[in-house]
Amino acid sequence: MNENGQALQARALAQLDSIWDPAKLEEWRVEFIGRKGAVNALFEQINSISKEERGAFGKQANEVKQALETAFTARQGAVKQRALSEALEAEPLDVTLPGRRPQRGRLHPTTQTLREMYKIFGEMGFQVYRTRQVETDLMNFQLLNIPPYHPARDNWSTFYVADTDERVVLRTHTSPGQVRVMREMYPGPIRAILPGLCYRYEQISSRYEIQFNQLEGLAVGHNITFGDLKGTLTEFARRMFGERPVRFFADHFPFTEPSAQMDVKCIICEGAGCALCKYTGWLEILGGGMVHPVVLRNGGYDPDEWSGFAFGMGPERITMLKHGITDIRYFWGNDLRFLEQF
Amino acid sequence: MKVPVSWLQDFVDITIPIDQLADKLTFAGLEVEEIEYIGVPAPTKQGSKDNSLAWDREKILVGELVETLPHPNADRLRIVRVAYGRGEPVRMVTGAPNINLGDSGQKVVLALEGSRLYDGHKDGREIMTLKKSKIRGVESSSMVCSEKELGISDEHEGIIILPDDAPVGTPFVDYMGDVVLDVKINPNFARAQSILGVAREVAALTGQTVRLPDDWDTAQVGAPETDFVKIAITDPQLCPRFSALLVRNVEIKPSPFKLQQRLLRAGMRPINNVVDITNYVMIGYGKPLHAFDYDSLVARADGKKPTITIRAAHAGEKMQTLDGQMRVFTPHDILVTDSRGPVGIGGIMGGSETEVSDATRNVLVETAIFDFISIRRTTGEQKLPSEAATRFGRGIPPSQNVAPAQVAAALMRDLAGGGVAPALADNYPLPQIESAVHLTLRDVKRILGIEPAIAEITDILRRLDFKVETAGENALRVTPPDYRTDVDGTDDVLEEIARIYGYEKIPSTLIADALPPLDGNAALEQEETARDVLGDSGMQEIVTYSFTHPAHETTLVASPDMLTGSNGVPFPLSSRPYVAIANPISPERSVLRQTLLANMLDIAASNLRFADRVALYEIGVVFLTRRPGENERGDLPEDDGLPLPLEPRRLALVLSGPRSDKTWQPADTTPMDFFDLKGVVQDLVAGLHIADSSFAPTTHPMLHPGRAAELRIGGASVGVLGEMHPLVRERWELPNQAVLVAEFDLDALLAHMQERFIVKPISRYPVIVQDIALIVDENVEAERVRALIRQTGGALLNSVELFDVYRGAPLPSARKSLAYTLKFQSPDHVLSDADAAKLREKIVRRLEREVGAELRSG
Ligand SMILES: [Zn+2]
Repeated sequence: MNENGQALQARALAQLDSIWDPAKLEEWRVEFIGRKGAVNALFEQINSISKEERGAFGKQANEVKQALETAFTARQGAVKQRALSEALEAEPLDVTLPGRRPQRGRLHPTTQTLREMYKIFGEMGFQVYRTRQVETDLMNFQLLNIPPYHPARDNWSTFYVADTDERVVLRTHTSPGQVRVMREMYPGPIRAILPGLCYRYEQISSRYEIQFNQLEGLAVGHNITFGDLKGTLTEFARRMFGERPVRFFADHFPFTEPSAQMDVKCIICEGAGCALCKYTGWLEILGGGMVHPVVLRNGGYDPDEWSGFAFGMGPERITMLKHGITDIRYFWGNDLRFLEQF
Repeated sequence: MKVPVSWLQDFVDITIPIDQLADKLTFAGLEVEEIEYIGVPAPTKQGSKDNSLAWDREKILVGELVETLPHPNADRLRIVRVAYGRGEPVRMVTGAPNINLGDSGQKVVLALEGSRLYDGHKDGREIMTLKKSKIRGVESSSMVCSEKELGISDEHEGIIILPDDAPVGTPFVDYMGDVVLDVKINPNFARAQSILGVAREVAALTGQTVRLPDDWDTAQVGAPETDFVKIAITDPQLCPRFSALLVRNVEIKPSPFKLQQRLLRAGMRPINNVVDITNYVMIGYGKPLHAFDYDSLVARADGKKPTITIRAAHAGEKMQTLDGQMRVFTPHDILVTDSRGPVGIGGIMGGSETEVSDATRNVLVETAIFDFISIRRTTGEQKLPSEAATRFGRGIPPSQNVAPAQVAAALMRDLAGGGVAPALADNYPLPQIESAVHLTLRDVKRILGIEPAIAEITDILRRLDFKVETAGENALRVTPPDYRTDVDGTDDVLEEIARIYGYEKIPSTLIADALPPLDGNAALEQEETARDVLGDSGMQEIVTYSFTHPAHETTLVASPDMLTGSNGVPFPLSSRPYVAIANPISPERSVLRQTLLANMLDIAASNLRFADRVALYEIGVVFLTRRPGENERGDLPEDDGLPLPLEPRRLALVLSGPRSDKTWQPADTTPMDFFDLKGVVQDLVAGLHIADSSFAPTTHPMLHPGRAAELRIGGASVGVLGEMHPLVRERWELPNQAVLVAEFDLDALLAHMQERFIVKPISRYPVIVQDIALIVDENVEAERVRALIRQTGGALLNSVELFDVYRGAPLPSARKSLAYTLKFQSPDHVLSDADAAKLREKIVRRLEREVGAELRSG
């Protein structure tokens, strides 16, 4: 005689209760609810049981089977859960250890600033136009309303190319591009920015470099006013430095008239006065003005019908202001300890 | 330019606080760079380190020395009593060396107990408060002050002795307090290069009127010959006007105290009364003058009336200037001469023989207008910058020639006791032209974007002394004052209107005009894509100098005889002459670069002194002298005939050091080699979607002979890459590890960039993977084997990946094994193993036949 269903159920459940090992759990399954397990053996007893008792026996055997299968599924879940918890507990990391950082290349800070400027002006319809770095005196000065020996030449210490009788220079500013772009675009309207390297004969120091970038802007049209210059540059300053006051005042460039300088409220002290703004509360950002009629004419545009504005700024200077850099020599020094901070 | 406000007040009333005035001037184009407060209280500025000192009105006063007595306990000290107009004189101890026993009656600066002063015995400016104390047993609570103690200068040798007429008891701040504006004068503000000029701006900006001397007359014209001199001008373009006044019987002595103080505050050193007066008039009225010793001119004319001739110098002509230098001239210098030769360089400096000395009795005051271009040239060539040359060099209107000289003559009469000869010698061959400008309201709106009423425009221009008349409807005829020759066009007048109207009142607008077609800048966009790809490959961008020295670039060549072969000078080096700088700042920066690599290696070397690893790239132009017929985009007809170099774009790479940084976990820190560099280049080519690229072995004078390759696109070389030749590496003092370099013609590279590349579909049929290992001779290039596999496998061979290169036992020497993973896949049907095996067999046969490969078993 085999044990009855109830006893089987009690014995199986008692055993199951102490199982945490998945292999043991599998053994248990084979032993009790497997194809050749105890429950199936119980069903096989049905043939040796009287017909009257078969119904009750069958019902009981089914109950035992169901109970053990349910218990098994529950146990299986519990075993898996416990194994997972134990595994997770055994796998902690010191999350303060350094991560594996991919080797990433960076852009030179000037490139980063130039890209920002391209984007801001691009959205206002200004497209990038690049022109040559070695220029004629004609383009760099004369066609910009700066004749030879003109007092305004004091503002540009110039590198001359040897054996050219001072007729070829390293451009001292991006402004010669104004004439080149006008001659190419005439008779259409113009909205261009002209970035690029310029050169000046200077004693290299923390404030002066012999090579630097400039970004020139030029708009020429039938109805372009000084108010448009103010509006365009105010919008640029807002995008570049955030919402802060700007101020314009009279300045002088031979190729614009009227000419203006734009300051923004100091980004460090907000106007209270600090070393960066030399206690003025303002930072000088750029200069510009209405294109001089002589320059318009030299570009092919009739100043009685056309007008325009031009402006220029220094991407390195703006980078310095933004990031508190006090030595311009960092830019061409290319020290990785500087470059990798960007 | 330094502008003492007390001097400014001679010409105009100051009706607003100084800091507001400074702002107004700045906004109108006369930037006030600094305000110096002398004794006058400065408005407090938050955060500034200003430690200026205000002189207490109650405690720092003009005093009078009543008596000077010996100090009982110290030979060097004196006891003085000083009266100050209130009660009893005060007694104090002083050690001033310029006070002697028995002195009395001198006017001094008295500071009473409690005054705040700078400490005269300490360096710099440290404020102290005067307290009662005993000096060697004598009680003393007040002080007679030195310039340093008041902050006037750093002078502390003696106390200030004021002129006899200084009013005793007056607060000293009223007597000598001042504010000095440091104004930046832009070249277009030549008219403001004087106190009077600034006063005119102040008047226009604050609605005041300018006060001129009573007899100021800019219309007066004299005769070229008078009883004391004859003036001849050979070329009116060089000298449009030359005038002279004679002041007789002057006594050369120091100038009065107040005049000296004014000059000092304006930045000029006092010398003697006659010289000081010429400087005073130059600063005050903007007209440089020159004083001749008249008697030496007469002596040079053998006792007769001198004739002064203004002419261009003869080549090689010489004169000793009053600084003692012998000068040699060229024909573009303007000389003031007499019958014996030069007596002065026009507008720049006088000759030593005719200069004013202590013995001078009669002074010929020269006032003249010279061609400003010529002045600027001579100033530069003779290295003689001066206040006078700066003013001449920016241009002075001829109408302003005589009136200031008359102010000077009158001052010499008053201060040096001279008598002014009545006649004005005046040669004026090229009279100033009056230029009227036609201005319309349309212009004002079109350029400035504002629409002020005619009346407002008229008011603005009249404040600037312009003559304004109506010229039809909505138009004006505008004539600038005679002291302005800088206004000759509508634009000039518009600038004046904008300045005085106020830039801040012009509304900001956005351009309403038509937008040009937005075509972008393809060349720049491609270049920026290259930067992005290189950045993703871990390359750091640098920007180096465009300047270099020829020898620096030649250093890239391992040995000079490598340049003599059939290749000549290979890219990126060049045999073209350098673009040389006429005025370099140093020999190391005397030409423009022809390659990026030389300067980049400097940067690599300097970084490798502290860093283990560099992976650098630069994108920039080089400068190549043109050969006949070579043109470039952007060339204009105007450039013709001038040797403007080609400016092609280049890309260069420099890599050296461990493949990756050492970390706390295993990392590949083996030194980078040729294949690291090649990988970056392959990535770039792939990232730019350049088709048909290949690498071919090459030799190059700067590269390791066995580790150099050429990048070819469509069969044409676009640059080189390789390991730097060890000899070159040593010259840069680079660490003893491989340095990988590459330089490419970026224009050529980007020309092959495909913006629109075709994407291959992904097949959904299974892939059959087959590995093969092939033994070939050492000299068979991997690329050849790969190409043969690729070609033979045809469309069903999806990919070929080399996964192993093996040399050594059991292979015979000079043989190597190359192992590939081949993936076969069809885009449109299931490939059978038999199909793949057949293809594999075909590949092996082909390789056996063409490169003598044998299949490696196992
Ligand atoms: Zn600040």
